[in-house]
Amino acid sequence: MDKLIHDLKVQIIAQLNLQDLTPEEIGDDQPLFAEGLGLDSIDALELIVLLQQQYKVKLASAEEGQTVLRSVRTIAEYITRHQPQD
Amino acid sequence: MHTSDIYVAGLGVISALGYDLKANRHALQSGESGIGAIKHLKTIHKDVFSVGEVKYSNADLEQASHLPPGTSRTALLSSIAAREAYTNAGLHPQTGLKIGFVSANSVGGMDKSEDFYSAFSNDHHKGKLRDVVGHECGYSTELVARQLGIHHYVSTISTACSSSANAIFHAARMIAAGYLDVAVAGGAESLTRFTLNGFNTLMILDPNPCKPLDENRKGLNLGEGAGYVVLASEYALSKLDTKVYCRLSGWHNVNDAFHQTASSPDGAGSYMAMQGALRKSGLRKEEIGYINLHGTSTQNNDLSEGTALIRLFGEALPKLSSTKAYTGHTLGASGGIEAVFSVMSVMDGYVYPNLRFETPMKDAPLHPVTSFDIDRSIRHVLSNSFGFGGNCSSLIFSAT
Amino acid sequence: MTKKVYIRSVGMISPQVTFAQEVPLGISTIHEGRRMNAIEPDYKIIFGPKSIRRMSRIIRMGSAAAVECMYHSGLIMPDAIITGTAYGCLEDTIIFLNKMEENKEEMLTPTAFIQSTHNSVGAQIALSIKCQGYNNTFVNRGLSFEQALLDAMLLIEEGDVTNVLVGGIDEITNTSHAILSRFDLYRSAKSDLLIEQPGKGTMAGEGAGFFLISSEASTSDMAVIEHLSMKFDPDEKLNTAQWINDVLSDLQMKLSDIDLFILGHNGDLRNDGTYESLQQAIGDSAPIAYFKHLCGEYPTASSFGLWLAASSLKNGRVPFSAEDFLQLDASSRVLMYNSASNGHHSLMLLSAC
Repeated sequence: MDKLIHDLKVQIIAQLNLQDLTPEEIGDDQPLFAEGLGLDSIDALELIVLLQQQYKVKLASAEEGQTVLRSVRTIAEYITRHQPQD
Repeated sequence: MHTSDIYVAGLGVISALGYDLKANRHALQSGESGIGAIKHLKTIHKDVFSVGEVKYSNADLEQASHLPPGTSRTALLSSIAAREAYTNAGLHPQTGLKIGFVSANSVGGMDKSEDFYSAFSNDHHKGKLRDVVGHECGYSTELVARQLGIHHYVSTISTACSSSANAIFHAARMIAAGYLDVAVAGGAESLTRFTLNGFNTLMILDPNPCKPLDENRKGLNLGEGAGYVVLASEYALSKLDTKVYCRLSGWHNVNDAFHQTASSPDGAGSYMAMQGALRKSGLRKEEIGYINLHGTSTQNNDLSEGTALIRLFGEALPKLSSTKAYTGHTLGASGGIEAVFSVMSVMDGYVYPNLRFETPMKDAPLHPVTSFDIDRSIRHVLSNSFGFGGNCSSLIFSAT
Repeated sequence: MTKKVYIRSVGMISPQVTFAQEVPLGISTIHEGRRMNAIEPDYKIIFGPKSIRRMSRIIRMGSAAAVECMYHSGLIMPDAIITGTAYGCLEDTIIFLNKMEENKEEMLTPTAFIQSTHNSVGAQIALSIKCQGYNNTFVNRGLSFEQALLDAMLLIEEGDVTNVLVGGIDEITNTSHAILSRFDLYRSAKSDLLIEQPGKGTMAGEGAGFFLISSEASTSDMAVIEHLSMKFDPDEKLNTAQWINDVLSDLQMKLSDIDLFILGHNGDLRNDGTYESLQQAIGDSAPIAYFKHLCGEYPTASSFGLWLAASSLKNGRVPFSAEDFLQLDASSRVLMYNSASNGHHSLMLLSAC
């Protein structure tokens, strides 16, 4: 889980062009949207595609994204639960 | 010379509902939506999304518009509708009037550019140049202006989904200031992989026919087409053998300044646009007989627009509906196509049904008209067009 | 137009050192090759890293020029924002097209798409300063900037607004340059000789030029816009000298009343013939300055020309020209005429204030 959390932070920074951040600066449980990191609805859509591309995990709708994408940890937990077994 | 009243003296339209004004009128009256499966656009999403596609191939449109094979579909649609409006208003090159053409679109000749790019991206020497020569938004406008013999003032506006509403009232202001006597104004847009995929990334497309204003709406259907009105000063009318449809009595443009794509939840932009148009027209809100909403059927727009409407009109909402349930969301052309529908509403009392509506939105309950009606008491119609980038515009058409 | 229109301030990012310069330097930057790239500031300093992540290059250029312009205007907010751009946001358009190709229309992401619309620059400026006023974008090729400026002057004339922020922006990207090159538009040259030694082709340029125009005079005004005219002449019927004479005559003026001409020659023999009749009519009556050897050729290059004209009147001399080229004073008038290919002609008359 720790590795997944770290990898996710790296990927999020790259995908969302958060050039001024390092993975260490994103808390595992830090809220990603509104307050916290301050991401918005477009970022949510970017992350949904990221999950699909990197982890083959597909969210049904932008609304489902609101719960799943709350923090890096909730994303990691969702991936762990839903990632297709190879 | 400043003229005070701006008249509508001609109409032209092509959409998923049909080739011309007559076909569109017929479909609107009979409740026949133009939304269906993709037939002409080449895309992997062909069997996934419902769209409001114009039911003619490029070959058909080339023949009808007398434009050369390989011309962008946007230009083809623009040519057909603009010519209908031009002819409809009795315009011809020898009127001696200062005639302008103000057209709008959002992605110009992208339907051809994306084909060019497919070949070019692998090898920079590949790709047919004639596919990319018409890429610029203004290219289609100038092509059609030249066909119509209009050169006094030719302009193109691009503000996403409010584009052709802005084009219409920019033309009106040019007439009011004396730069022009007459203008053909509106917009055109064709379906492209670029816009279809672009909107898909925003997860706001409904695979099925859309349900504007409905609590269970899933998103929008893209559409294509072109719609133009001919605006004229009183002086110009005296020189033309044409009937007068109505007046363009009000307009306003604001920026929501909330987010790149989403509208503010309190509908600030929509509210200010409508209020400003009312102020310009000098009308009281009770005098609006029908509102043609922007009503794209997205979660965000309909809630935002609905909130603004309730804030502005309170309990006394006039008859309202979104005709995007008929045509789909025609992006840069939507303001123009819906202006044509709004003018018909003023002229003939048409009240269009909001097709497929079942359940009002919980958070902004609107009760649109659900069957086609004729109400001859309607004297003033408000038409909304709100776009990405926060561009919000409203127009008011009034009986003479 | 009955209301006087003042250019209160400007902000210019161009292939010259024009950004954040109180008085533009005397020495021009010479570019070699087929294109002239803009000299850009460090945008992170202007906007902060959080904001710029969602700003593509053209949005940064436009926004920075707008910020500069607003800063010097002394105003917090304009009443309206109007932009002109022919090519729009090319970088993001191409990014999205690339992704569509690579991924065969699957798993695409929204950021490039939403930033690709032509109104993105105007929208971003409005968003960043929360300006809810009138906002429009003109995209009619070589007259995009002129039509934005005309719309602004019209708004001021109508009386509902006082101050309008108007800009002209176009960018070059490697891809757009490769595509446009296939139309045989460019040649390799040294920019300082571009016009002196014309040939078959010009050099591509880019830039973002913003102007705060106002109906209210202020102590920092740069110039007055006396007149703006344009023509769409695709069949090449226009007699340029005649047209300009007619415009001036309607203003009770003659060519000899002009103290400086700024002309849009671009060093392409196929284009610069348009200016011959005018140059002959001008004769020795006043000096002629050029601008496209400084900014390159692009559809909204007239925004650079306007910047040059306004700066000339403000500072009493033409930027990047020799010291002894010309002195302008409080009674001076400058006429800028630009002709791009495809039959676009524009004319701006400015006076000192």
